[in-house]
Amino acid sequence: MVSLFKKKPAYQPPVDETGRKAVIDIRGVTKTYLMGDIEVNALRGVDLQIYQGEFVAIMGPSGSGKSTLMNVLGALDQPTTGEYFLDGVNVSKMTESDLARTRNQKIGFVFQSFNLLKRTPALRQVELPLIYGGAANRTKRAKAALESVGLGSRLDHLPSELSGGQQQRVAIARALVTEPAMILADEPTGNLDSRSGTEVMQIFQSLNRDKGITVVFVTHDPWIARHTNRVVILRDGRVVSDRMVSQPLIAGKDERPSEADEMESVLKDAYYGGKEEEYN
Amino acid sequence: MSLTESFRVALTGLLTNRLRAILTTLGIIIGVGAVIGLSSLGRGVESFIASEFQALGSNVLFVFSSAPTSGTRTTIQPISTLEGEALGDPTVAPDIAQVAMETVVPGRVVNGGRSVTIVLSGVTPNFAVVRDWPVQTGVFFSDEDLDAAARVIVLGTTTVEKLFGDKAFDPTGLPVRVNDRVFTVIGVMQEQGGGIGALGDQNEVAFVPMTTAQTRLDNARTRDGGYRVDVLHIQTRGEESMDAATLQVESYLSDAHGVTFQGEQDFTIINQRDLLNSLGAVTGILTVFLSLIAGISLLVGGIGIMNIMLVSVTERTREIGLRKAVGARGSDILTQFLIESLVLSLVGGALGVALGWLITLIGGALVPDLDLAITTDAIALATGVSTFIGVFFGLYPASRAARMKPIDALRFE
Repeated sequence: MVSLFKKKPAYQPPVDETGRKAVIDIRGVTKTYLMGDIEVNALRGVDLQIYQGEFVAIMGPSGSGKSTLMNVLGALDQPTTGEYFLDGVNVSKMTESDLARTRNQKIGFVFQSFNLLKRTPALRQVELPLIYGGAANRTKRAKAALESVGLGSRLDHLPSELSGGQQQRVAIARALVTEPAMILADEPTGNLDSRSGTEVMQIFQSLNRDKGITVVFVTHDPWIARHTNRVVILRDGRVVSDRMVSQPLIAGKDERPSEADEMESVLKDAYYGGKEEEYN
Repeated sequence: MSLTESFRVALTGLLTNRLRAILTTLGIIIGVGAVIGLSSLGRGVESFIASEFQALGSNVLFVFSSAPTSGTRTTIQPISTLEGEALGDPTVAPDIAQVAMETVVPGRVVNGGRSVTIVLSGVTPNFAVVRDWPVQTGVFFSDEDLDAAARVIVLGTTTVEKLFGDKAFDPTGLPVRVNDRVFTVIGVMQEQGGGIGALGDQNEVAFVPMTTAQTRLDNARTRDGGYRVDVLHIQTRGEESMDAATLQVESYLSDAHGVTFQGEQDFTIINQRDLLNSLGAVTGILTVFLSLIAGISLLVGGIGIMNIMLVSVTERTREIGLRKAVGARGSDILTQFLIESLVLSLVGGALGVALGWLITLIGGALVPDLDLAITTDAIALATGVSTFIGVFFGLYPASRAARMKPIDALRFE
């Protein structure tokens, strides 16, 4: 993709041990909100590098700052201090309209509540980012994106005619269609039953595995997190844990544990900040 | 994003909310329709009244007795035939071409079983010339008829219809009874335009020679030895001598009636232009008033658009957030919402023109005498106003949408 932004000559994205460049490189990012008269320090200095082709879950309890981090990562919001390089470009100093272009070209969003346009056929939904990006071949590309999520036969369906899982797949196609540097998903299975959730996870895993697309998840569901390659845990605005998942679950193959097992593991505190082998 | 894309996005936005779009447009439709319909109605009435008075002739003065407006004088000295004759003398009033006199008497004209109660006008033969009102059949009175106080009568078409049952009937030569005396119909006056106009039905008239009215139907003598005259129809030498003629009439009659102060005058002189001006002021107010009402409804329509657009912005907060998340800039959102409100108001304006046209058609069918037409300036006004409404009332909601922060918008429930 042709970068439309001037790169700072000084900045070279960090590279990991296998030679992959960092898609996300945030350094000392803080974010302070004013809630009325009270200052809320949602992020208190976060450093995080996510490399090309990674599949990362960002976890943390409510109030940990994971939504704020997600907004910063998605260029929906600017950090108060610190720097954020997305795909080699400094996003933290951009104007509103440059941010809009960055979101359009570098980031694909998938939301918990799908956020599809009302009464709009699937194909048009997927074309939307292309329209704002002024891209050519919109229909063709949108069609291809929908086919890649298995909805090639549902091009003219309205959201109301699609199941929850299918709607989320339309949203994924919409995120994919601009060939962004990464896909940012906020609780993408949160509104889905477990079967549709599994479908959606399968799609994300195959996009990551087969096409090498960088995927960042924000979730509080440990079971979902275990499908990724790396889990970052946030608490009180800081990264408290950042570890690789040694054996990610494969969506559709691994059965979600029964409620009784899940209860057992909750009581044993097996998920958050536990030892690595406990994830297996 | 290109403008055509913006249009497509905005139109899609409107089409997904069809009912709301239609209801919003309704305000503008009614507003613009009212402006066009009512202003054309107002203008129709104006020009109708103007045409009624045009028929009076532009170089004719009317003089009639009237109560003094101030001073101690309370008696009215009637205008007499002698005064009328004197005014016809160029040495007395050089700007007057000729004077037609009219003495009215109440009358009842009977033809067999039919009758009509009417104000009979006793006029001099030159009346038809001065008022530029010829007969359509038969003849008008001659000087001989006047001298002989002949029992002849000339009828208006409405009177003919009432007496003979058909407006087109030619009663020339037939006898009728006027106040129990037998008269012969010698002619029918040409039908005057209008019909039911500001001056009453100008065709419901009956003319007899002035002397006949004064001596046979009434005893209308005056102190100076002449006969009472109710209206002098004075033809001046031209439009430009109207003012001079008015002064000559005024000074002669004031002298004859012993008037010393302006307010003591026991007569009134009017002309078509004065009548038109004073009535024009009234009908002008009417038009302004109608336009004002219509304008208010247009304003209400505009506020309706703003209201709906604000509701729409709030309701579509998440949509705006999503659009921004996938790359819409503030200006894209602004354009989208502005185009939406512009399309609403322009479509409303166009349909409003149609509605206004319908109003004029219906108005024209109900009152055929009104010449109703939609003028291009009314259409231009409606288009201009509705464009203005679209931009003005759409700008605030649109800029609110454009300024929305994507995260807040996405989180909006």
